[in-house]
Amino acid sequence: MRELDVKVITENVAEMCKEAAYYLPDDVYRGLKRGRETEKSEVGKIVLDQIIKNAEIAKAEDRPYCQDTGMTIVFLKVGQDLHITGGDLTEAVNAGIAKGYTEGYLRKSVVGEPLFNRVNTQNNTPGVIYTEIVPGDKIDITIAPKGFGSENKSGIKMLVPADGVKGVKKAVMEIILHASMNPCPPMVVGVGIGGTMDRAALLSKKALTRSIDERNPMPEYAKLEEELLEMINSTGIGPQLGGTTSALAVNVEWGPTHIAGLPVAVTICCHAMRHAHRVL
Amino acid sequence: MAESIRITTPFTEEMSRKLKAGDSVLITGTIISARDAAHKAMTEALARGEKLPVDWKDQIVYYLGPTPAKPGDPIGSCGPTTSGRMDAYTPTMLDQGIKGMVGKGSRTPEVVEAMKKNGATYFAAVGGAAALIAKSVKSYKVLAYPELGPEAVAALEVVDFPAIVVIDCEGNNFYEIGQKPFRNFDMSQI
Repeated sequence: MRELDVKVITENVAEMCKEAAYYLPDDVYRGLKRGRETEKSEVGKIVLDQIIKNAEIAKAEDRPYCQDTGMTIVFLKVGQDLHITGGDLTEAVNAGIAKGYTEGYLRKSVVGEPLFNRVNTQNNTPGVIYTEIVPGDKIDITIAPKGFGSENKSGIKMLVPADGVKGVKKAVMEIILHASMNPCPPMVVGVGIGGTMDRAALLSKKALTRSIDERNPMPEYAKLEEELLEMINSTGIGPQLGGTTSALAVNVEWGPTHIAGLPVAVTICCHAMRHAHRVL
Repeated sequence: MAESIRITTPFTEEMSRKLKAGDSVLITGTIISARDAAHKAMTEALARGEKLPVDWKDQIVYYLGPTPAKPGDPIGSCGPTTSGRMDAYTPTMLDQGIKGMVGKGSRTPEVVEAMKKNGATYFAAVGGAAALIAKSVKSYKVLAYPELGPEAVAALEVVDFPAIVVIDCEGNNFYEIGQKPFRNFDMSQI
């Protein structure tokens, strides 16, 4: 059985936290450039120029792209034939987050308890860690830091089957119109359809780890993604101060659900669609 | 878009009243950061009848929580945070003399009324352009609540800090003006 020391996981997570904060993925950068070419609002063009220049500065100088370096979402796919040694996996991941956020001069934005005390944990831990057991002897790690300007505008609707495709589109658009210019557009919109309430929300998060250039493999969902994108770009929201580039992409993920249900969750991500991925 | 208007601090009501929604500005001088926890602390202090640690007369407040500065830098990445979370505290803070606010996103009607009454202007900086905005900040000095870390109240010396007037003292709203020509959607289309 293959063995892997938790220290390796900690080191990699630390590097990935920095990498995600500094370097905007290429697909998102190209999406911003395309948006700049097609943007019809003059102010919108100025805003997109600043956003593109910001990505270039952050990358060239190893600086956080945004001051909100997020709450750290971690997706782990652990091969069932991998033996993790030397400590606790969750602790190792959190140690990596603490190391990365401290060494990388990233902002620590996590409070240990949400309602009564709200004391900052000072190292951005704990992360929101999802662990899946999969075949194989590797560990697949995705780090997706999530800023809360956009997270606060995300939402969920528990539709019923009779609501159908129209209901799904209305649910998504209601959330988008309510969010308006607040979540730092151009947005990337993750939609999760099906499952239970919590599963739909998780699918909407996972949708954001897919490239913005890649459509859902099922044609019906790919078409839904394109139709939603067109509607969002017709709202006038634009790149914050009005225009035609409100979103760069809509990524939809779906899952099996109950005969009585049609949950729809929408995670809105700002233009800082950050993530890092490694397989160890 | 017309050329940017240069403004310097202190930012008086007279200067504020000249600006119109949609104006592009470059701010030079001192602006003061404060966000969620500092607003809560300051309004609670006022409710107890205490004096605030900062004189806000003719100041510009920046809704900000920066990343830590790398060695040798005055500040880390420092883009605006969502202004709406400060709305509950804003009318009280405007009564303390604040004439300019820099953030991002919409404000409540109560805030707009308080702006009209006090002759205050609301500016937006580009959300997420945090590494770029850092280039216009020359120094960062904590003035109060150091225990709040990135949420501390601090003085930022800025040169040509780029912002846009989103809501002017008459309540004109550039978010609405800017979106309208490009809005071709309503829910009945679905």
